[in-house]
Amino acid sequence: MAYGKKETENKPAVYEHHGHTEEHFREKHLMLDPLPRGQMNDMVMEAMTEKPSWKYWLTVFVLASIVAYCLVYSWIRLIAEGVGIAGVNRPSYWGIFLVNTVFWIGISHAGTFISAILRVFKAEFRRPFTRVAELMTTFGLVQAGFSIFMHMGRVWLAYWLMPYPNQRMLWPNFHSPLSWDLLAITTYLLSSTMYLFLPLIPDLAMARDKTTGWRKNFYRILALGFRGTEGEWTHLRNAMNIFAFAIIPVMFSVHTIVSWDFAAATRPGWNSTIFGPYFVIGALHSGMGAAVVVLAAVRKFVKNMDYFIRAEHFDAIGKLMLIISMGWAYFFFNDYMVQWYGGDKWTKQLLHFHEAGPLGWMWFAMLIVNIAIPWAILWNSKWRSTPWLVSTVGILINVGMWFERYIIIPISLTINRMPFTWRMYTPGIEIPLGIGTLTLFILLYVIFAKLIPMIPVWEVQEGQMAHQLKKFGRETVVTVSELE
Amino acid sequence: MTTLSDLKISEVKLEGEHVGKWGMVIDQDICTGCQACVAACSMENNIPFVGEEDSGYGRAMHWIRIERFWEGEYPEVKMTNQQPMMCQQCGSAPCEPVCPAFATVHSQAEQLNLQVYNRCVGTRYCANNCPYQVRTFNWRDYQRPEPLPNQFNPDVTVRRRGVMEKCTFCIQRIHKAQDKAKSEGREVADGEFTTACAQACPSNAITFGRIDKEDTLVYQMMHHGQSHGKKHLEELGTLPSITYMNGGGA
Repeated sequence: MAYGKKETENKPAVYEHHGHTEEHFREKHLMLDPLPRGQMNDMVMEAMTEKPSWKYWLTVFVLASIVAYCLVYSWIRLIAEGVGIAGVNRPSYWGIFLVNTVFWIGISHAGTFISAILRVFKAEFRRPFTRVAELMTTFGLVQAGFSIFMHMGRVWLAYWLMPYPNQRMLWPNFHSPLSWDLLAITTYLLSSTMYLFLPLIPDLAMARDKTTGWRKNFYRILALGFRGTEGEWTHLRNAMNIFAFAIIPVMFSVHTIVSWDFAAATRPGWNSTIFGPYFVIGALHSGMGAAVVVLAAVRKFVKNMDYFIRAEHFDAIGKLMLIISMGWAYFFFNDYMVQWYGGDKWTKQLLHFHEAGPLGWMWFAMLIVNIAIPWAILWNSKWRSTPWLVSTVGILINVGMWFERYIIIPISLTINRMPFTWRMYTPGIEIPLGIGTLTLFILLYVIFAKLIPMIPVWEVQEGQMAHQLKKFGRETVVTVSELE
Repeated sequence: MTTLSDLKISEVKLEGEHVGKWGMVIDQDICTGCQACVAACSMENNIPFVGEEDSGYGRAMHWIRIERFWEGEYPEVKMTNQQPMMCQQCGSAPCEPVCPAFATVHSQAEQLNLQVYNRCVGTRYCANNCPYQVRTFNWRDYQRPEPLPNQFNPDVTVRRRGVMEKCTFCIQRIHKAQDKAKSEGREVADGEFTTACAQACPSNAITFGRIDKEDTLVYQMMHHGQSHGKKHLEELGTLPSITYMNGGGA
């Protein structure tokens, strides 16, 4: 960051922006470009409450129609006719439903990652986009849940997987990674939703004070009577602090446990001890990519957002994407190398099948979009600061990470220890259902952009109060006071 | 009265009280690959017929299959022995711990892997984790045109869509024989009954019986005289109950 914290406390530091004027700082950094509180609140309220144009309704209509066909109708058909209309077979008993589950859990990771880790480390650039990222967690987990339920042969009995007291003293099997998975994802969904809600309370209270009609009632109920007294702020900060720290291990555990669904099995290509961290970094990779896409979309399509979301934020996320891409490459290589070196004949066959099989192009495409493209583009600060470019990289990374999960699940399942059963997997109704989850994810954003503030206004204001531009001689210097 | 402490979680039980461990010996040298066992098994166990298309897509539901292998490139092809493959009734089965609903469990009495159709919710994890790939899933409600419903076996549950199933070693026949023996106050004699596949095999390639008693035919085939018995994928520690005999000369 161009404006550090500690250095300014002792002596005025000279930054590389040597000789820059105040205007330059203001233009570049949101924290140094304060607006009056009322005006900023109004900007956010306007984006939310302004009467939607026909374009908005058309978008909602189109998205809702896609959801109705791809998700609702196709799912009803799936339940009515059986998993037979999907593409799963022997040996690929798991297909795109599981790919999508892992993919969406991955997406949902970055939300908490950005929000919790950056909040814990007090990274100032996080302030305007924590909300958008946290929403990604909750919305993504909804899609992950849908995908796993689609996968089940008898989804109407899904409640049997929950531990509940019953007459026959039947419990779920706690030896099964799927049981751990269910508990981990439920924990994550609940805690991330609460973590989304806590920083939302002051904004909801602000919205309550500025609206009338049904909106006022809506916000009044959600704001839980928040008035902004000192005690309320203290409680809020304590709760947020607890959640931010507590949710980080939960986040790591969730994707590790997801990886155990595979790593704990006796399949060649799955039984890999590094799958835990490999899946965590993969989740962050796709999640950061998705976060930057959502951020660019919010900036482009929601009113007044270009004030809050600036090139500096894309720059900062771009750096994170680059580092995560390097981490992913490391774990990928590690996983591949150790499996290959092990020399197990089935694993060798499988690894060969990955790159030289009929879907070998997917394997190479995965390496190109997950490693080569981010490394080629994200090293450059100018390119990193270009929203469309970074979000294109984000989309490509997500395609690559989807490919990665596709390679791990249906393609790896093709090869097993019984060569007589080897057979390719061709997706069926998974495709509309997958499109349906993606569309629902977008639709939720489109709807919630009109219901809750997409920007944590109070956090931005808090940050702006802490930052100041001061003149020392002829030098303009950024100073920061410790707030929390 | 059952208390909670009596309910033992039982995926991996290698020792303890049991009243018989059933096993099988398959002689690949005399198997002709005629598939009579596949047909007999389908009729005995009410296995649905999935049709040509699904079968070609890897959804055939036979609990036993004859695997054919060959060596060399066309036209210099040499057929190897046929390999009948079904659930190996592992002593330490990979399918059992992964089921989140306890639908696949180990039976203490028969030392078999049971599939509880009622309890199965269809996550298909067990089938993924089965190194032998012998579990079959009810992908659809498969049609049984007349007069096929007339030959349903009343001793075997008809499974519905969305549940997993697999070879049971004809557990209904085991129980029938045990009940009969019990009512006559004796133990089940060796060879008193056998599984549908073994019964149908015209070359007697399949032998079924107790493998925990030394006086049974299957025990003697496993342990005496014939040293070329192998178990499949034994290196995974699955403790399979089926011994394959191959290359004994014929």
